[in-house]
Amino acid sequence: MTAFFIWTTVLKIAAFVLFILTGGALMVWVERRLSAMMQDRIGPQRANLGRFRLWGLIHVVADGLKMMVKEDFIPRRADRLLHALAPILAFFPVVVTFAVVPFGPTLDFAHLGAVNHQGPLFSGPWATTLQVATIDVGLLFVLALAGTGVVGAVLAGAASDNRFSLLGSLRAASQMISYEVTLGASLVGCILVFGTLRIEQMVLWQHEHVWGIVVQPLAFLLFLVAGIAESKRVPFDLPEGESEIVAGYFLEYSGMKFAMFYLGELMEIVVLAILLTVFFLGGWDVPFLYADGLHVDLPFREVWVWSWPHGVVVLVQLFGFTVKVGAMVFLQMALRWTLPRFRYDQLMDLGWKVLLPLALGNIAVTAVVLAALR
Amino acid sequence: MPYVVRRPDRNLWEQSYVPETVRGLGVTLRHFFRNVFGRRDTVTLLYPERRRPYPPRFRGLHRLTQRDDGAPRCTACMCCQTACPAECIHIVAGEYPPEHPLAHVEKYPVEFWIDELRCVSCGLCVEACPCDAIRMDTGLHPRPVEARSHLIYERNLLLSISDTAGNVHTANPRKK
Repeated sequence: MTAFFIWTTVLKIAAFVLFILTGGALMVWVERRLSAMMQDRIGPQRANLGRFRLWGLIHVVADGLKMMVKEDFIPRRADRLLHALAPILAFFPVVVTFAVVPFGPTLDFAHLGAVNHQGPLFSGPWATTLQVATIDVGLLFVLALAGTGVVGAVLAGAASDNRFSLLGSLRAASQMISYEVTLGASLVGCILVFGTLRIEQMVLWQHEHVWGIVVQPLAFLLFLVAGIAESKRVPFDLPEGESEIVAGYFLEYSGMKFAMFYLGELMEIVVLAILLTVFFLGGWDVPFLYADGLHVDLPFREVWVWSWPHGVVVLVQLFGFTVKVGAMVFLQMALRWTLPRFRYDQLMDLGWKVLLPLALGNIAVTAVVLAALR
Repeated sequence: MPYVVRRPDRNLWEQSYVPETVRGLGVTLRHFFRNVFGRRDTVTLLYPERRRPYPPRFRGLHRLTQRDDGAPRCTACMCCQTACPAECIHIVAGEYPPEHPLAHVEKYPVEFWIDELRCVSCGLCVEACPCDAIRMDTGLHPRPVEARSHLIYERNLLLSISDTAGNVHTANPRKK
């Protein structure tokens, strides 16, 4: 374990934490402002620094300040330890999921200006993968963390000593467990096609062949739906409902504890967008851009090659990754402001009777096709 | 009585949910892009800075009109007090002193109270008045106050309120 490895890892963690925290805070603004634009409203624009309103961006700061100085309310008969633990448990898996996601190819600090002929993933004394943890079980790690998200929701409801909270956490638990099945099953097709569980290898496969959405379009749809259900947002926002169970499982939370649930939910949008990008939209892959530069190929001959230095290629690929994540976030936002919510029995019907059979069918068809092609 | 709930007719295309979702997304995105890049469809008025003009017949706060000499046009005939369905008007009538030119001709309101909190803004008092002495053409809302008693307006205050053009007088409706 060299000093270089430790330093780059610390830097990557810092960059990612910064990215998701600002991203999460920004999502508050994006959600409000986008929804306003979609519904012919104006949206937040009153908070200001003197004459500067910055399209309502200052509301994010105002929100944060408000959350921090607000009373931290704990119900008298609540379990104080679990009540405090629940938001942490809900927040933790969202943040940690980022650790195994590759947001770029290998970056070699020694050869930033040179043309890279080794391919996107390689090793060297000054090379580092743009991924915090490269582990063999990458995809399983993601699914396992998605599975722990339910613990926070259940604890929050159970520890609050409030019947509405308890009902909300019941709903959240049954919903998340139901859709987790589809979430995992829809990715099995991807595992079969890519032939690996390592996420950076999955991206590499898509870089060398085609994007996952081309070979697994149904899985993309299933993963998107199950992912939105996992993040408990409209049209699957049954765990909260003002007219039925008030705010659901985080009803008894205020101040920063509430903010952790809220930010966690918004960051789940980013997580889902990143996972969709990595599994189905080629991760950091930019069409026609390879490790040594821009290629325009016809099936049998190279038409045109434009060599780019290694640093520029990685930068463009990082940018491409960000654009794809942004597009997926936007898609989820647009869905959220388009669809009305499901009824609870419809939610369960959709999960068990429609999505799960489709996911299983997808696995079967993929397996048969792959076996036939071999 | 038993009845059958008619389910909406949906064909397989609509029932499969996904294509209709895409269509809905199209609507959402059309609004989004038009609002961001084109003409804004928002009808929101940024209220305190920009106000929608009231229609000319808007019934605002009451005012008591003045004669040319500044005396109240009101003759304390009690018509408005009788007409008021909310019973928010209270008048104490009085005689002019004997040397006054209108003595033995008309009465005048010694006190004239309107409880603006009780008022239902129906305008019946204005219609009932034979002298054009009470009007609701001020275009004003009752101001926010700290005590209910502050919204019981008395005679001189009502006399001092002008209409939207700034007039406090009215002509004698009986003089042609």
